[in-house]
Amino acid sequence: MTAYERLKRVRVPARYGTVTVFERLKTVKVSNHLDGMTAYEKLKTVRASTRPTGRDFVEALFTDRVELCGDRRFADDPAIIGGIGYLGGHAVTYVAIDKGKDLDERMKKHFGCPMPEGYRKALRLMKQAEKFNRPVICLVDTLGAFCGADGEERGQGQAIAENLYEMMGLKTPIISVVLGEGGSGGALALAVADRVYMLQNAVYSVITPDGCASIIWKDAARVQDAADCLHITAHDMLDFGVAEEIIREDFENFDRMCSEMKELMLRDLGTLCGLSVPQLLDERYNRFRRIGVYEENGSAVK
Amino acid sequence: MLRLFSRGTPSHQPTLYEECEVKCHACKESHTRSVLMGCNYVCPSCGTYMRIPARDRIRLLADKGSFAEFDISLTSHDFLDFPGYREKLVKARESTGELCAVVTGVMRMDGVSCAVFSMDSRFIMASMGSAVGEKITRLFEYATQMHLPVLGIICSGGARMQEGIVSLMQMAKCSGAVRKHSDAGLMYMSLLTDPTTGGITASFAMEGDITMAEPKALIGFAGRRVIEQTTGTELPKNFQTSEFLLEHGFLDMVLPREKQRETIALILRLHQKEVV
Repeated sequence: MTAYERLKRVRVPARYGTVTVFERLKTVKVSNHLDGMTAYEKLKTVRASTRPTGRDFVEALFTDRVELCGDRRFADDPAIIGGIGYLGGHAVTYVAIDKGKDLDERMKKHFGCPMPEGYRKALRLMKQAEKFNRPVICLVDTLGAFCGADGEERGQGQAIAENLYEMMGLKTPIISVVLGEGGSGGALALAVADRVYMLQNAVYSVITPDGCASIIWKDAARVQDAADCLHITAHDMLDFGVAEEIIREDFENFDRMCSEMKELMLRDLGTLCGLSVPQLLDERYNRFRRIGVYEENGSAVK
Repeated sequence: MLRLFSRGTPSHQPTLYEECEVKCHACKESHTRSVLMGCNYVCPSCGTYMRIPARDRIRLLADKGSFAEFDISLTSHDFLDFPGYREKLVKARESTGELCAVVTGVMRMDGVSCAVFSMDSRFIMASMGSAVGEKITRLFEYATQMHLPVLGIICSGGARMQEGIVSLMQMAKCSGAVRKHSDAGLMYMSLLTDPTTGGITASFAMEGDITMAEPKALIGFAGRRVIEQTTGTELPKNFQTSEFLLEHGFLDMVLPREKQRETIALILRLHQKEVV
């Protein structure tokens, strides 16, 4: 009997601990709607132009900032801002994707879709942080990496690949926060971190639900269904082990919300800075190593 | 020495698989797999580079009988209950006879051992879900432990969206394994074949010490059609081809099929630690 024939016969229920995958997903579905919003409503919320941008968060989180520009190879990508500043008592390097406020600024920033030079600038700042032993804080809010001929010519794929590769071995703690939309590889290139936080309504996805709907149903209007199927909410990220914390949104009291986020970051930095470099890197590796659901010898493994 | 006799002996009986005919996508002529294996899947009628099934790739490169496969029973699981995914998996398994879009293992080339993974475009466009990510990660971990170089023969449509965010995380997972392998002072070379796109280009396809590609392969991050639609401009004909990437400095070489075996074997030999 071939392995495939065996597999067809044995239909062992997939197990996550003690509940089957399907039982578990039912509970996930419920928890998604706990705060009364569907995945699609969350997606619309984070895409709203009134939502605070990366720069707002940078200004609220870090004090005594110095902004740094350029990738030293080609250009400065305004879609990614970065620099040094204090997070409480810690000197840190911050890297944030910023969508911009008005139309003019948004056009310049490609609506928060970074170019390869943006990712290379981020990497330059992270390597600098490693040299000076500063933790790195990344703030992610993007539809995805910029999609255009010039981005391809300058190696969009290679730039992201290099970030994943280098961040996996960066000898300083990294915390990433998905502020709004975490769009595919363009978001992951700033989120290979020791801790990932999600804002309450933030979403994180392998493909935009719009793109997914037009591929699967050849109908971009079915974005709602796609958003549900892809499991993109903050609670889903916690379930998959992709994120550790959900941060309650309260934009009316923006400063208070950010100072709570800062507390959380300082608590985690306390733990992470106490680890030796090999421990830190091992934990980061294992954080991603354990993600995956597949079948082996006829039964599901998580 | 044995190898001299084992290649194409006249007594060799063609298997069902070898007798099966494959149509060239360019000229629509059909040839049996055994004919195609004899000419590196370059269409004998029109010279087009046909796509090669993962296992045949390894057969074309490895010393006869030297390949040993890993993780043969590992396969994808529809854990999100994603519409149509289960059917897609069943169809892919039945039409290819494979359980997974990637074949991994160890082989020898001109006597030099190396770990190898080869992706199969017939299996849901070799998109990367948990199964592909896990097999590639395990291979790199094995190679790190055994001090082996890795050859990756890559093609892929990108991350497998039917597995949601978990498939995106496989990019980071594989990159971590590549990094550990590299930190151990070991060599990884990738051979990009048609098509290599999306999340794969943005992870292990572009992380090799040596990055090679087949002539005229499509290699890119964003899809051509998507770029044309969003920017409203027409793109040059050679856009996102191997030659285009070579010109822009993202490849070490464009390697025609007839030179692959000797070049890859030579690179492996040049990276051998002990003096032979």
